[in-house]
Amino acid sequence: MLSRIDYAIWIVGFLVEVSAVVSFLVCRNFLRYIFLSLYLLAASLVTVGQYLCIKKFGWSSVEYWYYYYYSESLLTILLFFVIIQFYDLVFQELNASRYVRRGAIALVGATALFSYLVIRANQDHLMSRFVVELGQNLYFVGVVLTYLLWGAILKLRETRTRLIQLVLALGVYFSATAAAYALRNLFPSLQPAVLRWVPPIVGIWLPAAWAFTMMKVSEDARLVTSHLLARAR
Amino acid sequence: MIIPVLICVISFALLLQFFVSYCRSVIAAGRKSELSPQVREIAGIRDDKLDEKEFVRLVQLLRLCPGSGEDGGEIRAVGVYYSLLYAIRGFFRPMLPRIARWAQAERESCSYFAAVVLDRRITYSRELLAQHMSGHV
Repeated sequence: MLSRIDYAIWIVGFLVEVSAVVSFLVCRNFLRYIFLSLYLLAASLVTVGQYLCIKKFGWSSVEYWYYYYYSESLLTILLFFVIIQFYDLVFQELNASRYVRRGAIALVGATALFSYLVIRANQDHLMSRFVVELGQNLYFVGVVLTYLLWGAILKLRETRTRLIQLVLALGVYFSATAAAYALRNLFPSLQPAVLRWVPPIVGIWLPAAWAFTMMKVSEDARLVTSHLLARAR
Repeated sequence: MIIPVLICVISFALLLQFFVSYCRSVIAAGRKSELSPQVREIAGIRDDKLDEKEFVRLVQLLRLCPGSGEDGGEIRAVGVYYSLLYAIRGFFRPMLPRIARWAQAERESCSYFAAVVLDRRITYSRELLAQHMSGHV
């Protein structure tokens, strides 16, 4: 049974996702950041699908369970394309787009192969720990990729504030969700009381942070990245 | 068992780094803005360097001042960062005073950032009022 807080987080999440899409459209960045826009659009549609699924099959149904975890995996894969686009933007001045795309295709292929092998090896207990482990691994790949990107941003002294904030917001999202999944894997008893709140709250964070960046930070804004590293004086 | 532990530890460490860098990028963008005489008068600000404790008071003033609603998320994120810095300062003060001093300087930046947002909201409210008045005239 869903509580009022569940519904409140759900509605807020949906509204934030929709407003993020609108902010991308208003700032005329829908095509410029096409994968971000597509991700936000897909996330909004998935939220609507979740509502319909719960209404039709119920919250504790197997159908909803499958829908929730597999739509989440698909959204994560879509986020990989977002990271690829960020890599493309960071390396565009080095004319490395061709290599980035090749690397991206190899990465998506490897992820698909890995997922297929895991699914094949776990055919008999798809419903148990498998989805949690798959989610944890996918998010952790996202964390590693975002961290490498952040390293490249620092090394190349990237100064575009908008790009920096978009990447850091994604890093927060990936690392918080990966940590929550890993904790769930380690302590399943924490899931009903504590950990189940983490993905929806972090799910609000990402579109909210992206929308804020689009609305408040202009494309021309610049920042010295070395100032962002915490150093004790 | 070892893989989830590793993922958990690495993810938490990187979460902290991403979050701190994100908040610093938001605060750094605000640092470039000069405070207007209006906000200085309303909030009783005398110099450019604000006391770290001013943050709480400025956030209370922010709640009283209507805004366009776009900056709520950033204030919340910086608020979490401000609390995190409090914990860091308290934890490191006896062992590593340099880190405690850094945390204090960061908290002062958070206060300045809150003043910048308050300034933005005051400007927004004034513009809204001016539009309303011109509509009536």
